[in-house]
Parts: sequence; C-alpha cells; structure tokens
Amino acid sequence: MHVPDGFLDAPTSVATGVVAAAAVALSLRGARRELDDRTAPMAGLVATFVFAAQMINFPVGAGTSGHLMGGALAAVLVGPWTAVLCLSVVLVVQALLMADGGITALGTNITLIGIVTVTVGWVVFVCLRRVLPKRLTMVAPAAAVAALVSVPVAALVFTALFAVGGNVSVDLGAVLTAMLTWHTVIGIGEAVVTGLVVASVVAARPDLVHGARPLLVERELELRPGVTP
Amino acid sequence: MSSRRFFAVALVVSLVLAGVASYYASSHPDGLEHVAEQTGFLHTAEDSATADSPLAGYQTSGVDDSRVSGGLAGVIGVVVMLLLSTGLFWLVRRREPHVDVADGDRENGENAENAENSENAQRSHRPGA
Repeated sequence: MHVPDGFLDAPTSVATGVVAAAAVALSLRGARRELDDRTAPMAGLVATFVFAAQMINFPVGAGTSGHLMGGALAAVLVGPWTAVLCLSVVLVVQALLMADGGITALGTNITLIGIVTVTVGWVVFVCLRRVLPKRLTMVAPAAAVAALVSVPVAALVFTALFAVGGNVSVDLGAVLTAMLTWHTVIGIGEAVVTGLVVASVVAARPDLVHGARPLLVERELELRPGVTP
Repeated sequence: MSSRRFFAVALVVSLVLAGVASYYASSHPDGLEHVAEQTGFLHTAEDSATADSPLAGYQTSGVDDSRVSGGLAGVIGVVVMLLLSTGLFWLVRRREPHVDVADGDRENGENAENAENSENAQRSHRPGA
C-alpha cells in the first residue's frame, strides 16, 4: 500500500507528515521502556525482516498482488512504540533508497503502514490476549487475527485521506469498496505470514516476544523454605 | 536456542527473502495501485524524487541480469536496514546497571519502571533464558 507522490494534495501530505513526525517523536520516548540490551538487537532484526518480507509480493487474484505490511507483526514481537519506529525506518529506507513510496507521501505512508497498522494490530492483539486462555500457544493466533484486521483498517484510512485530499475527483464509494475488498484478501496473507512468524519465534525464544511477556512473568522465582539466599 | 543462533537464522532468512526469493515475487500491481487504476486515479501518481537513484525500483543500476540486479538491491537494502535500525534502537534503549535478583525485595512498592527492572532481572535468571 505504498502511496506514491501525487495521489494526495499538499495540505493533506503536510498534515500526515505532522502526524507521522509527532508519532515518531512519541515512539522514541515510549520505545525506551521496551528496549534494553537484549531487545534492541531483536528490534533491529524485526525491522530488517519486515523490509525483506515487504519485497515478497504474493498474488491475490485478478492481476493484483499484496505484501506483508508488518505492523501487527512488529507490535507483537517488539512492542507498539518500537514497532512504529521499525516501520518508519523501513519506509524511509524504501522511499530514499528504492524509490518505493513517494517522498512527499512519506508522512502518509508512515501514518498508514506505521501508525495505523501498529495501533490497530496491537489493540486487537491485547484484547484477544485478555479473553483467550493464558497460554503461549494463543499468541500466534491472536497476532494473526490482529494482522488480518489491521490491513483493511489501513485501507479505510487511506480512503478517508483520499476523500479529503485526493488530487482528482473520482467515485469515492467505488474507491472504498475496492480498497476494502482487495485489502481484506491481502489481510488474509498478512495474517498467515504474521501467524507463522510469531509461532516460530514463540517456539524458539518466547522470552524475546514482547506480546508473550505477561504469559511468561507468571512463572516467578520464589525462595523455598530452608534455602538461604 | 541461543541468542546468537536465533539472530543468525533471522538474518539469513531476511537475506534469502530479499536477495533470492524476491525474484519470484508477483510483479502484478499491488492492491492500492490496482484500485487506483480501476477507479481512475492512477494517472495522478508522480515519479518519486529518488526515481533515478542507483537502487530505484529494487534494481541495481548498471547490472543487466535482472536476477542479480534485484538480488543485489535486496541484499544492500537488508544490510542498510540492519545497520540503521539496530543503531537507532541501541541508542534509544534503556541503559541501566544490571539489577541483581537479591534487589528484588526492596523494589516492591517502588515505581513501575523499577518493578519492570526486577522483572527483567528475574527473567534473565530463568533457566534457558
């Protein structure tokens, strides 16, 4: 869903640029709570993996393709604040180095692919974690559902931005329907990839999965009677 | 799985995705591009200011073989991503002295950040962590 330059007018691009800058600034503060000596390298790898995975477009029928956005995936693996930074680095590198996504549209892309998918993905994940059984095996399915929801919501937000600041007037109902339809299908791909990746990391190193922490902490260390510390 | 091994596997997977598998990725327009074409606003797209850069469009300029050209761009991208993002997160991370498990008791009732530290300390003492 990388928005090229030209789709949205200047005021809308400036507005999303301000939103993106504010979100990155907040995330730089918030990420301090999520990152330590152990999780900082993990966050770097997650950003790198999302970049690589975004190169893999999968067909979704009728001459269309989609690729992982990775917001929900990154949020579950490294926490929501860090995830916004991960996606922002990915989008900056893509725009500057690969000409993937416009330069004036960078704020729009950080808003859609960074902020929206991370926020929606994390909120859905946390809600599911609350209602599902408190087991590690529930983390990957919850992440997959979060990923599934995050993609059409990003499509919805794009449509709203386009309604406000589209550079050409077209049938907005048609845009909305088409965006939601295609991105629901792409969301299924997002869910499959997210579920598989999270399941793999949970199997290998559950302690490195931010979203699994509350499930691990319950096993606390205790001092047994008769043992002198 | 040791951290070193875990990170090595993740890095190799990223390199293979970007360097090799990307060649086989679908070249159809993505969802947004398809919708833009279908509903009539694709023509408003403009070339990015970086459209002439050496790696634009995930192709390395000057390399004719498209498999090598794309693979090389992907690998360069992965290396840049790893350096840039790990560097950023290393700068942003909390820097605090290691907290001993023995400190856990006196942290009860203190602020949330200290509680989290004691949590981290306990976790790092779990067998296999």
